[in-house]
Amino acid sequence: MNIVVCLKQVPKKDSILRIGSDGKWIDERDISYEMSEADAYALEEALRQKEKHGGEVIVVSLGPERARQSIKEALAKGADRAIHLFDSVFDTATDSAAVARAISAALKDEKYDLILTGLQSDDYGFAQVGLIVAEQLGLPSATIVMEVQPEDSAVRVKRELESGWFQWVRLPMPALLTIQSGINQLRYATLKGIMAAKKKEIREVKAADIGLTSDDLKPGQVIERAYLPEKTKRTEFIEGKPAEAAAKLVEKLRFDARVI
Amino acid sequence: MSQGILLFIEQRDGVLNRTSFEAMVAAQGIASATGEKLSAVVLGKAIDGVASEAASKKLDAVHTVQDDKLAEYTPDGYVAALKQVVEKLDPRFVILSHTYQVRDFAPKLAASLGKTFVTDCVGYRVEGSEVVFTRQVFQGKINTDVRMVAEPPILASFQAGAYRADKAEAGDSAAPITPFEINLTDVQIRTQLEPKFQEAKQAVDLSQAPLIVAVGRGIKSQENIEMVQKLVEALGAEIAASRPICDNEWLPMDRQIGSSGQTVSPKLYLAVGISGAIQHVVGMKNSQTIVAINKDAEAPIFDIADYGIVGDLFDIVPALTAEITRVKSEGK
Ligand SMILES: Cc1cc2nc3c(=O)[nH]c(=O)nc-3n(C[C@H](O)[C@H](O)[C@H](O)COP(=O)(O)OP(=O)(O)OC[C@H]3O[C@@H](n4cnc5c(N)ncnc54)[C@H](O)[C@@H]3O)c2cc1C
Repeated sequence: MNIVVCLKQVPKKDSILRIGSDGKWIDERDISYEMSEADAYALEEALRQKEKHGGEVIVVSLGPERARQSIKEALAKGADRAIHLFDSVFDTATDSAAVARAISAALKDEKYDLILTGLQSDDYGFAQVGLIVAEQLGLPSATIVMEVQPEDSAVRVKRELESGWFQWVRLPMPALLTIQSGINQLRYATLKGIMAAKKKEIREVKAADIGLTSDDLKPGQVIERAYLPEKTKRTEFIEGKPAEAAAKLVEKLRFDARVI
Repeated sequence: MSQGILLFIEQRDGVLNRTSFEAMVAAQGIASATGEKLSAVVLGKAIDGVASEAASKKLDAVHTVQDDKLAEYTPDGYVAALKQVVEKLDPRFVILSHTYQVRDFAPKLAASLGKTFVTDCVGYRVEGSEVVFTRQVFQGKINTDVRMVAEPPILASFQAGAYRADKAEAGDSAAPITPFEINLTDVQIRTQLEPKFQEAKQAVDLSQAPLIVAVGRGIKSQENIEMVQKLVEALGAEIAASRPICDNEWLPMDRQIGSSGQTVSPKLYLAVGISGAIQHVVGMKNSQTIVAINKDAEAPIFDIADYGIVGDLFDIVPALTAEITRVKSEGK
């Protein structure tokens, strides 16, 4: 079974985010990056399926040069090869539809049974790229997937619904699934894996290679301003050394809020 | 030319999803600010009740789309049906609520129409005839204002809780309900559905607990949960968690609070090392008193906390445990 995994690199979870000087995005200086969390789970699921059923895991990532580091991590964990959509022309592809167009074009000649993506990224959180790829490639899809059971020519998946409800659905393959975090337990790359990754192919793909120009990658929506949200509720902040703050808080909870 | 606004009303088993009324508040606001007519669309099989419930609101029309292929929700059925509706009505905006169902089909709908879709909005601003949408990035840590450059119809979904369902305006008289003719004969439903289910009955029902201490990723490792457990015992509270803690199996799934876990409203909700992502917040925002301990003063959890301590939880939690133990041993 051949599985494509779409993954993107995002600022590390604990990053201190500041607004950049153009006021349209964060200041990207001094930020370290990592694989977006749900994508890491999608990769892990692909690797587990490959270990059970054989086949190949192909990683696709659109991003600047630094994205190569996450691609290498995926190869070190066990993916077989990678496609890196890396071209300044892709810089204009800032919405999900444009990114999806590039990914779909890059996958045109690939043979796969499943495409897995994270259910949304930790930065933009559009929650769309996977499904648009599915539509562009004519694939059935299921989102927020918590379990994957391949059958002969179909795949049975457990979808998470709201408030603790679930549903199993069956889709013919090839299909696209968006993976929810927690579907499995993530592995770490081993030293052996890291060594093996050095020999694996990372194919760099430019827009022209897949027949796209900057006109094809124009976004349908643009961010005109990024800013820190205004706090709507006034939190009463309690200051002081830990013991002091603890005493003040307990006092408030007992005599003002009267909840303990 | 595109005209009017279309609101998607979600139903399951003939029950209207309340978040559709939240999105309706935004849709009504955009309609009145732009002078556009507002209609709603309901899809399904037996949906007369849902349609009349929607029609009691201030709307110009309710369209019902009924077909055997829509008896149960599938992405193929919904995309095909709504594509026909949107192409025929050609509205300027299609407004939806950002539910799990909408997440499952609306990006495909937008792609099949070749239109843009702005997801998970928390607000909007009308500028002349244009609408600028506000959406959060980095799990609520930063807001962005997003301008549409694509041609209408524009699809936009609103986050759960962004508006209050009870603020949806009622109509002076019931809006006309009209069946909308579509043709799904050639549409193939590729998804086969099994019945919906809940995991084996939850061992703990946190909805009844008066005091909850919830732990998040700030705790760093499983061993450290014990430190929080001590605070829980001192307080006589229940322990709960954000999703990553349950994903890592540091605490069982039935301790998870949020959109895919339990919804609680205790007297005291003490959030330790939890950032306050919307999917967590929807499960606990109605708590009577919310306390947050977080090292990041900008964490979104402080937007809903009554009391906050900015600092290292590894210093504060033990101090708090000691203080509570002291106060309790002094005998109230
Ligand atoms: C469809 C969907 C459904 C979801 N359902 C749920 C759900 O039901 N429940 C849920 O919780 N999430 C859910 N999520 C995930 C949610 O979006 C967030 O990712 C999650 O809630 C984050 O958990 P967290 O706050 O513990 O972690 P993080 O966001 O990583 O926050 C950790 C916090 O700890 C603080 N911290 C770190 N170290 C320290 C320290 N030493 N002292 C003090 N503070 C510290 C940090 O400043 C940070 O604010 C869902 C997501 C999706 C997309």
